[in-house]
Amino acid sequence: MRRTISFTLNGKPTRLAVDDERMLLWILRYDLGLTGTKYGCGEGLCGACTVVVDNETVRACSTPISEVAGKSMLTIEGLEHEGKLHAIQQAFLRHNAFQCGYCTSGMILSAYVLLQKASRPTTAEIIRHMDDNLCRCGSHTRIVEAIQEAAGSKERG
Amino acid sequence: MSAQDKWENEAIEVAGGKVSRREFFGLTGSGLFVFFWAGPGEFFQEPARLPGRPSYPEDFNAYLRIGAEGRVTCFVGKVELGQGAMTSLPMLLAEELDVALDSVDIVMGDTDLCPWDMGTFGSLSIRQFGPVLRKAGAEARGVLLQMAAERLNVPVDRLKVNAGVVTDSSTGKHVPYAELVQGKRIERHIGKVELKPVSSFVVHGKSPVRRDALEKVTGKARYAGDVRLPGMLNARILRPPAHGAVLKQVDTSAAEKVEGVRIVREGDLIAVLHEHRDVAERAKTLIKAEYDNPKVAVDDRTIFDHLLKNAPQPQVVDERGSLTEGEKLSAAIVEETYLNSYVAHAPMETHSATATIENEKVTVWAGTQTPFPVKQQLAEALQVAPEKVRVIVPYVGGGFGGKSASRQAIEAARLAKLTGKPVQVVWDRSEEFFFDTFRPAAVVKIRSGVDALGKLTFWDFKVFCAGDREAKQFYDIPHQRTVSAGGWFGENPAGLHPFAIGPWRAPSVNTNTFARESHIDILAGKAGMDPVEFRLKNLSDKRMRTVLQTAAHQFGWKPAQKQKRLGVGVSCAIYSGTYVATMAEVAVDERTGTVQVKRVVCVQDQGVTVNPDGSRQQMEGSIMMGLGYALAEEVRFRGREILDHNFDSYEIPRFSWLPRIETVLVDNPEVPASGCGEPPIVNMGAVLANAIYDAVGARLLQLPMTPARVKAALQRS
Repeated sequence: MRRTISFTLNGKPTRLAVDDERMLLWILRYDLGLTGTKYGCGEGLCGACTVVVDNETVRACSTPISEVAGKSMLTIEGLEHEGKLHAIQQAFLRHNAFQCGYCTSGMILSAYVLLQKASRPTTAEIIRHMDDNLCRCGSHTRIVEAIQEAAGSKERG
Repeated sequence: MSAQDKWENEAIEVAGGKVSRREFFGLTGSGLFVFFWAGPGEFFQEPARLPGRPSYPEDFNAYLRIGAEGRVTCFVGKVELGQGAMTSLPMLLAEELDVALDSVDIVMGDTDLCPWDMGTFGSLSIRQFGPVLRKAGAEARGVLLQMAAERLNVPVDRLKVNAGVVTDSSTGKHVPYAELVQGKRIERHIGKVELKPVSSFVVHGKSPVRRDALEKVTGKARYAGDVRLPGMLNARILRPPAHGAVLKQVDTSAAEKVEGVRIVREGDLIAVLHEHRDVAERAKTLIKAEYDNPKVAVDDRTIFDHLLKNAPQPQVVDERGSLTEGEKLSAAIVEETYLNSYVAHAPMETHSATATIENEKVTVWAGTQTPFPVKQQLAEALQVAPEKVRVIVPYVGGGFGGKSASRQAIEAARLAKLTGKPVQVVWDRSEEFFFDTFRPAAVVKIRSGVDALGKLTFWDFKVFCAGDREAKQFYDIPHQRTVSAGGWFGENPAGLHPFAIGPWRAPSVNTNTFARESHIDILAGKAGMDPVEFRLKNLSDKRMRTVLQTAAHQFGWKPAQKQKRLGVGVSCAIYSGTYVATMAEVAVDERTGTVQVKRVVCVQDQGVTVNPDGSRQQMEGSIMMGLGYALAEEVRFRGREILDHNFDSYEIPRFSWLPRIETVLVDNPEVPASGCGEPPIVNMGAVLANAIYDAVGARLLQLPMTPARVKAALQRS
């Protein structure tokens, strides 16, 4: 059903008149031009489309836009703050914690939610939290190290 | 006047005046003098198209441009798949040209701007293309030195270069490259120039932050499906339920009623187009289609018999001594058959392309490993001249051999032509599994012997359908024969495979190594020897001995250690000129058959290392990806229907599989840089099979070693 949906996107109030059954991923990528959120599987199995809605990870490919009405959403484009990379982005960059980069937005946003909830997660907690984010290039070991480092820097900062 | 004539007659600037391009080509063709010229877009192109089979252009200008402001742009036909060529190739140019690494920019995979290249595959970017790029840099540096000598009026041998500034060592007079070149093309050549010796390297061995890092951590990195053009339509294409299925009838009337949807049909191509991909997809589900689905009896269980029955005639790869003589020397003979399954590439980015046709020029942004071959295919498919086609490869979200085939680019271009609009094609995951060019299922039969002293006596190796790459073994065996029947590269009779097959990261070699190194372990057991000791006893190849001994040291390999359900394994391989030894520790749950890999040590001698951290990324990535084909990945199919559609049934490695990974690069400056992107993956089947055997005494002869197969092997043991 076509209706107006209001939500906060990367800190900005946003209103869209759309068919409310459409999946968030396509609205982000085509209607709003935010292509940092990726299509990987379309069934919530790979995590490439992970975005943050009210501080929880959400799979944009299988979440209808109606579900974000009135909520606050963060995509990879909104993670930099005043032109400065977020600590997780910096850690990914320092560790070269990606290869093709296609899963990276989802990885970073999943890690973001983890670090919101647990300031110093153990390696086992990181692995459990990240397990449904798939990476085909095999950057897993570096991603874990980057998250560990970001957790450390968060505490210091 | 045609566009071509106009282009040729347009005045271009050369040193000392203007000439037309036609005159320019005439003059340069006669080789009378050297001069500069600069044009806007065509600046970067080869001055003349090479006749016949394409090859790397000789003119170094094809690979580099020195801008007026002093920045250097490196042009390569290679693409960035994640493997890091974008970061390592500029290192080679900076090294030879003697410019600061951070003054070099790179343009990749654009067929209008970059020199021809066959494609990014085979671990060849550094090994094969590296010397081409280095030579271009070295010759350009030589020419620039000559020009500087003339400018400063001093002999060339007094000149030194540092960070792109040429200095006369006697007077201190200096001139930067930028001032010599003034933003123009360098029209002087001196032919063959000595490359810099390894001892003078200053850029090699550095591990710079990846050039794609900032764009990839901020979501700004653009892939082919991220291109947005005014008026662009998204296409969802009707697909058959199985390979070979023939469309009998189709009813698109319901789909046509969806607002804003366009449906086009050309032959077998039926597509639903809409501004938004999801709307096009929803309309596509309204299409009613019936197919004739030819019955093919083979499935993922019966495929191995089918392959043995239908494989082409075996070809001899290597033969020496006499197998009969070898048998006579043997104290024990082992004969085994090894099986390997079809596996998918499953890159995270599905095949994607965006095409537009403007003023008869076709431009396609494609996620492909082969922009120049794709350009040719597009020209043929659209029946236009190749120069009317431009392929641009933005970032590619993983390839692994699967994006050497790029059907999606043709689909997007055909639809752009049919609709008169820019068209984007982004396959869904099911299409990705359906059209993937799988690594072929394969069978290896080995019969081999060992004498009473633990020396290998003979080796009879037959590989069916994997391909012959690295089938020839490297142990010291007096009597041996290696044959190969069929492979991944089109040498098969029609109908051998029920669907498309193709190169998968280290084609042939994963299968051949799994079989060889499993068999070597079995023979070590027959000889009553430790697997590492046994290998060393039968190896005189120095590089292989070094990587194996280094691995044993790093791993802390101890002969015959026994801990219940924990096992260690070893595997050795040579591929793409690179030597690899891998060791692993696994834990096996005998009740469930699950294997958890605890630790992997990978030691690699790849000759000179360009970018150590880049190499380690490839090694770590190969180990993780290798866990997949070793333990879980196999494509399920019934006839020509693919039963895996997504990551729910087709499992790829995830964080919870992550072992402790240790990588060691053996420094070997004597040998030119060899391949790195594939070699470290090839040991993963055997190293885990051998470790599982060590842990629980069960010998796995088929990949992947799923829990069910581990349990079955336990029952047999």
